[in-house]
Amino acid sequence: MVKPRLTGLIKIILLLCIYGVVRLLESRGLLLPYHVQVLSLCCINVILVVSLNLINGFTGQFSIGHAGFLAIGAYLSAFLTVKMHVPFLAAILCGGLLAGLAGLAVGLPALRLRGDYLAIATLGFGEIIRVIILNMEAVGGAKGFSGIPKYTTFGIAYLTAIITVVVIRNFVHSDYGRACLAVREDEIAAESLGVNSTYFKVLAFALGAFFAGTAGALFSHYLQYMAPTPSQIGFVKSIDILIMLVLGGLGSLTGSVIAAVVLTIIPELLRGFAEYRMIIYPILLIVVMLYLPAGLMAGRELSLDSLARLCKGVKSSAHYS
Amino acid sequence: MPTTAELMVSNLSVQFGGLKAVNEVSFSLQPQTLAGLIGPNGAGKTTIFNALTGLCPVSGGEISFGDQRLTNQPPHTIARCGVARTFQNIRLFKNLTVLDNLRIAYHKNRQYSLLCSLFRSPRYWREEEQITARAKEALELVGLATKAEHLAGSLPYGEQRRVEIARALMLSPKLLLLDEPAAGMNPQETLTLLELIRRLRNELKITILLIEHDMKLVMNLCERLFVLDYGHLIATGDPKAIQSNRRVVEAYLGGTGA
Amino acid sequence: MSWHIAALQQLVNGLALGSVYALIALGYTMVYGIIKLINFAHGEIYMLGAYFGFYALTLLNLSLLPAMLLSMAAAALVGVLLERVAYRPLRNSPRISVLITAIGASLLFQSTAQLVFGASFKPFPQAMPFRRIQLGPVFITNRQLLIFGVAVLLMILLHVLVTYTKFGKAMRAVARDKEAALLMGINVDRIISATFALGSALAATAGILVGMYYNRIDPYMGMMPGLKAFVAAVLGGIGMVPGAVLGGLLMGVAENLVVTLGSSTLRDAVAFAVLIVVLLFRPTGLLGKKGIEKV
Ligand SMILES: Nc1ncnc2c1ncn2[C@@H]1O[C@H](COP(=O)(O)OP(=O)(O)O)[C@@H](O)[C@H]1O
Ligand SMILES: [Mg+2]
Repeated sequence: MVKPRLTGLIKIILLLCIYGVVRLLESRGLLLPYHVQVLSLCCINVILVVSLNLINGFTGQFSIGHAGFLAIGAYLSAFLTVKMHVPFLAAILCGGLLAGLAGLAVGLPALRLRGDYLAIATLGFGEIIRVIILNMEAVGGAKGFSGIPKYTTFGIAYLTAIITVVVIRNFVHSDYGRACLAVREDEIAAESLGVNSTYFKVLAFALGAFFAGTAGALFSHYLQYMAPTPSQIGFVKSIDILIMLVLGGLGSLTGSVIAAVVLTIIPELLRGFAEYRMIIYPILLIVVMLYLPAGLMAGRELSLDSLARLCKGVKSSAHYS
Repeated sequence: MPTTAELMVSNLSVQFGGLKAVNEVSFSLQPQTLAGLIGPNGAGKTTIFNALTGLCPVSGGEISFGDQRLTNQPPHTIARCGVARTFQNIRLFKNLTVLDNLRIAYHKNRQYSLLCSLFRSPRYWREEEQITARAKEALELVGLATKAEHLAGSLPYGEQRRVEIARALMLSPKLLLLDEPAAGMNPQETLTLLELIRRLRNELKITILLIEHDMKLVMNLCERLFVLDYGHLIATGDPKAIQSNRRVVEAYLGGTGA
Repeated sequence: MSWHIAALQQLVNGLALGSVYALIALGYTMVYGIIKLINFAHGEIYMLGAYFGFYALTLLNLSLLPAMLLSMAAAALVGVLLERVAYRPLRNSPRISVLITAIGASLLFQSTAQLVFGASFKPFPQAMPFRRIQLGPVFITNRQLLIFGVAVLLMILLHVLVTYTKFGKAMRAVARDKEAALLMGINVDRIISATFALGSALAATAGILVGMYYNRIDPYMGMMPGLKAFVAAVLGGIGMVPGAVLGGLLMGVAENLVVTLGSSTLRDAVAFAVLIVVLLFRPTGLLGKKGIEKV
């Protein structure tokens, strides 16, 4: 057992090291601007997947409309910085808040709908948001929203991702998170223990949507151009996020982080085989599901403790050989 | 003894489609009584528990607890009024640890705010420590202190039943409803359970109403019995009186003739 | 043309489009009914069906009916293989992983089609000359009639199959309780395969009909109609054959009416708006039964 204080310190140092290494490699020219871009995208996807995990993984709801929240954050923040000259940080927060409000609205059907019915309703919500944006001339309508300043740096994306993961971890390990787990595991038992399942479903949606909105704000100021297409803010994007979540393992935060990073990088690595990339990726997906149906981490977490145990195991087995 | 009954059920009816599972049942329960609800299978006992805890809609009648009206309130509100229960077909959170099962049930007593939890304020830490301590106490009480970190679903049946009782206790209930707590237990386990239930009543001073088929246990434990048959309350009284009640004997032995 | 005649015209157009949705929705609903899987790749089977029909008409120079039958058979084969390779091994896995596999299969079909058939659209050969028939105040084209006729014919056949044949009974038994069906000596695997074959064949027909209707096919044509057909199936009450038909027709009509009211960009949102409103009032769809949970 490593002491909590100590593990906290080790984690902070590790996170700082990662940042330092990226910066160092970048300054030495070992990481090209393109690589750093991909890393920023990794961070944005981490936020999206972890926030979806709160809804689908920890609270047991089934949302496949997460890109709708991303869209709200992306467009509102871009509108604010471009047309209103609002500072970026404030725009991120506004994007998150409006998305969170939308999350409240989407959470409401969750009170009546279950499983696949809820899934298709959330997907519908996402598409409705997309079509509304498509019809809003103030944000470019069908032509898309261009001329968004490039405010999203690796540093900002990295920091936001860390904050998101920490906050959601804290939530999950509190009474609030436990109530969500209870709703996921057995709604009737949860209710009979005084858990207002309605409240916690809506709370999970609102909180998850808030973070997806901030990710959206980072996303639009990263791409500098938003198009109201299914693959950028519609159901195709939602499904991308869902894939990362399931591959990482529902209910595992470290699984989400790993899957988001790996699945953002793989398509970039496959860029060389542009022709076959779109074939390799789905095959990979199917094969992973066939062999790891519960995802990479299958509900477990990767922790310093488990790493330490693993190292010890390796050391002792090395000792005996 | 206070003259006002804690739990009052008057003319309670529950209907499922054409079936009247509970028919105009009235009874009351004094504080700190240890009472039993008995009757043949399908008599409507579990349904009465479900009605009391808000898990199925009441089609007629009134339920009150102290000065609170419970009729058709949502289950979480009823739980917050101090009514806790276990389930006939154990409903533990099987994929969570025993400790987490118990900590979840502390929910209604939790004080810290959402922001405290998101940023782990000192208050959060302090209270989480208390919650864990409370949960361990409750586990101690049911004799499962060593199983805190086990997954609830991995425990043997009898232990799961006791975890469920401990979990209900985390609500600090005033009324505890136990649905067939001894089902599937061996005689030794049943004996321990009997002791446990007695202690709960005597030490925690709570009212307990239990459904049980094991007549020896019921007669041994309960001070008051309610007998249900085809949704009707056919007898009320102390175990002695019930044992010699003709209608009860008929219901148990000659139910097919009716 | 006054607005109610326009509306009536859109009703006709809507019924034609709706019967295509219904044909696709039937496949979704049958598969869902039997293995509780949202077969996300179903829209791609519809797309493949259109391509099979295209090559049967152009390369093999077949006439419409044999081309249709050939395409149905080929699509059925694809559907059966898909279930065998990608879904069957996961039958006891968490449902969400099967769903992800289905999404993977859908992407795979799309990109393979793009690679094999080309990314750009192909003009669909016109197997019959275009005609417009006046029907009171509204017009109906012979293609619309064909779509409607074929769809209705297939639905009747399916209904007879499911209700009156031994196979249909077995299928319903498996849908209700797989274990019990197994104990009754029903070959569950074979019934599931047959369900995929049937659903895929219907989707292939829909693909050819749409190809003829819009004159063009492309590798992505399955995405939106697939999604909407699924929505239609849910709207009607997923797992129920009449529900799929009702949902499909309703959706087609609603979409076309919105186009009449002037907004074609809102069209894609209508399907979903209708769905959400319906689900809020009837959480298991129009014809769906309410599930009760015993405590
Ligand atoms: N949710 C329900 N829907 C329909 N019927 C029910 C439901 N719950 C219980 N019943 C019926 O009500 C009657 C009483 O059941 P129950 O209360 O479980 O009996 P028991 O006394 O054995 O606990 C039974 O006939 C049962 O089938
Ligand atoms: Mg019972």
